[in-house]
Amino acid sequence: MELFWYIILMTMLAIYVILDGYDFGAGIIHLFFAKKEKDKKAITNAIGPFWDANEVWLIASGGVLFFAFPTLYASSFSGFYLPLIIILWLLIFRAIGLELRGQIHNKIWETIWDKAFGIASLLLALFFGVALGNVVRGVNLGNVVDGVSTHEAHYFFLPLWNPSFSPHAEQLGIIDWFTLLLGIIGVVALTIHGANWIIFKTNSDINEKLKKVVFNLNIVLLALVIISISVWHIIEPDPFHNFIDKPLLCIFPLIAFIGLFGLFKVKHFKKHGMGFVFSTLFLFGGLTSTVASIFPKVLPSTNNINPDLTLYNVAADEYGLSVGVHWFAIAAVLVAIYMVIQYKVFKGKMDDVGYGEH
Amino acid sequence: MEDMLFYDRMQFAFTITFHYLFPQLTMGLSLIIVYFKWKFLRTNTLKYNEAAKFWMKIFALNFAMGVVTGIPMEFQFGTNWAKFSELTGGIIGQTLAMEGMFSFFLESSFLGLFIFGEKLLGHKLHFVTGFLVFLGSWASGYLIIATHSWMQYPVGYEILENGKFVLNNFGALFSNPWLLPSYLHNQAASLVTSSFVVAAIGAFYLLNNKHNEFGKLFLKTGVIFGLISSLLVAFPTGDLVAKNVAKHQPVTFAAMEGIFETEKGGSEIVLIGQPNMLEKKLDNKIAVPNILSFLTYQDWNAEIKGLNEFSKDLHPTNIPSLYYAYHIMVGLGTIFIGLMLVAVVQLFRKKLYKTKWVLWSIMFMLPFPYIANTTGWYTAELGRQPWLVYNLLRTADGASPTVSSGNTLFTLLGFIGLYLLLGLLFLMLAGKIINKGPQLNNH
Repeated sequence: MELFWYIILMTMLAIYVILDGYDFGAGIIHLFFAKKEKDKKAITNAIGPFWDANEVWLIASGGVLFFAFPTLYASSFSGFYLPLIIILWLLIFRAIGLELRGQIHNKIWETIWDKAFGIASLLLALFFGVALGNVVRGVNLGNVVDGVSTHEAHYFFLPLWNPSFSPHAEQLGIIDWFTLLLGIIGVVALTIHGANWIIFKTNSDINEKLKKVVFNLNIVLLALVIISISVWHIIEPDPFHNFIDKPLLCIFPLIAFIGLFGLFKVKHFKKHGMGFVFSTLFLFGGLTSTVASIFPKVLPSTNNINPDLTLYNVAADEYGLSVGVHWFAIAAVLVAIYMVIQYKVFKGKMDDVGYGEH
Repeated sequence: MEDMLFYDRMQFAFTITFHYLFPQLTMGLSLIIVYFKWKFLRTNTLKYNEAAKFWMKIFALNFAMGVVTGIPMEFQFGTNWAKFSELTGGIIGQTLAMEGMFSFFLESSFLGLFIFGEKLLGHKLHFVTGFLVFLGSWASGYLIIATHSWMQYPVGYEILENGKFVLNNFGALFSNPWLLPSYLHNQAASLVTSSFVVAAIGAFYLLNNKHNEFGKLFLKTGVIFGLISSLLVAFPTGDLVAKNVAKHQPVTFAAMEGIFETEKGGSEIVLIGQPNMLEKKLDNKIAVPNILSFLTYQDWNAEIKGLNEFSKDLHPTNIPSLYYAYHIMVGLGTIFIGLMLVAVVQLFRKKLYKTKWVLWSIMFMLPFPYIANTTGWYTAELGRQPWLVYNLLRTADGASPTVSSGNTLFTLLGFIGLYLLLGLLFLMLAGKIINKGPQLNNH
């Protein structure tokens, strides 16, 4: 039962990253590449009717985490207190940037909310990458000092960074060079993803330019991925053991690489949606490979006093998890229906939706 | 440690108070918009469609504020109340996860269609999307109050040796006797806020001699919805909620009503008075004998236990706040009924649109339903103290063990600043929409 909910939760998180990921990416493109009002409009139109529903995947994933793995929810949310609250503030800025921009027609007003939307999107992409980095690197569970736990074995607290910036420091921080590397991968990957969404959903003038951006960033992404894999042994001495023990798991990195290499052909795609398909494959494959590499751990311990949190020692009781399957199945069917309706109504190019016009 | 708990509580109280300013309008207003749209479909009078469109603009802005201030609520269970989440997550996680899956997806998927889709969908389907948004927001309220009810009156659980609450009866979460009265009370109160807002904007237009046709429509709709909902808030829903408190949380009931000592031969109802915690009595009291006993037990002489009969560590932590919150709510609720009765009488005498003092009163009444809703929730939450889960888990035992008071103070100040900005922006933009007003024939 725990494994079932683990797969559900990871699937929901992957859907969140893929869907809200294009919103973040669109925000980053909006910040750096959209100079003309027309292009900015095209970008906000392309995500306008969707971003709110996309964000619900985060809230729903949080709900499922709370319900199925309450100990992990309690431990990680209190331990990662500061970055999570900062993520909340950024989510607020991104949302009001999008919603309020069109309410008043004034250059300065529009610029302020454009920047709020763009910068918040950029930082969110970075922070989500950093968050993933923290989960795979692990934390000092129980806040062990000099070989003694200062808190219960599954609680911890991390400052934003430590002076040494190292994932091996005695006193870890949220941001170190390893988690930052994953953060940058997040930014680059989501920028590509957002550009692909814009190419898919608009007839904007910058689409040709964006194809070049995707191509160039993809070279950067490939380089970053190679670097990260080659340093992975620093945080996990035996990073590939899961893939060697269970060869079936290799499907995930395979999917990631199909996505990554497929994107190099971006300039030759006939259908505008192809790029988006490949960046989706990369995000899905990359995320699942990362969590599969530490499976069944969900939050490793960096000390040898307190045990790792695994999906088995953080889960809710059997009855609750089984009864949840019933309502979840109904809800999942409904959500699928809503999504089909939503994407059917807003199918094709979105340049003329008129998002944010009042 | 004391500081830490205080800041954790302040942050939750501040963020939930600010957050709930928005959903209380969302839930009621969605119903009123669906009503306008339905009237339009039935009568084919353009005025109703324009009214729906106008309120949709306010609704969209309000909804966005509700969403962005709502996400911090779900996060805070984990960030600030980790111990509570760990121990009870297997139970309240059910209803909270269901809220995400059943109502947020419904609302957010169809809100986009509702706001952008009128041309794409046609009027009938557009009405359906509006109805679904209404359904989603009311489902959300239902699941939140199911969670709230479990904390007030825990059911369907067992407690393991390690202190964890484990669900053993899923159905009990929804057949909880606390749930239905609280839900209906809350929804009626949400409709009070929305109908008072609609009526107040109508009064504003009439007093301004602008958009008169819409002013009349808003005022009429607002006062009729307003009278029905303010009556429903008091009876039967408020009455049932109070009886639940009297039955299951007698110490809370005593504190709410300001009963320091049990009175022989039936309890008086206190209209006005200030709790004096040193001498354990009410100062400057105005009270009517035996009414409370009758209202609670339909028996003029029924005995209601005073605070003196409960040990001190079971008393609500802040008795004066609880007492004032409750009395402000009840007092305002009574004024709402009175004002709406006058307005509806004037409406039927066809004098409402010209009775200036009623129009001014309705306009100035706009903020008060928000205060009544807020103090109502304060009554429920302060009344549950010192417990998170009534009689089972103390608030002091629910906070996050590793988050220091300095960090919580920092984020609390951050939220205060950010929400001040959000509040100002909301008022400014809502003011702009209201000032521009609904437009006829602008296709």
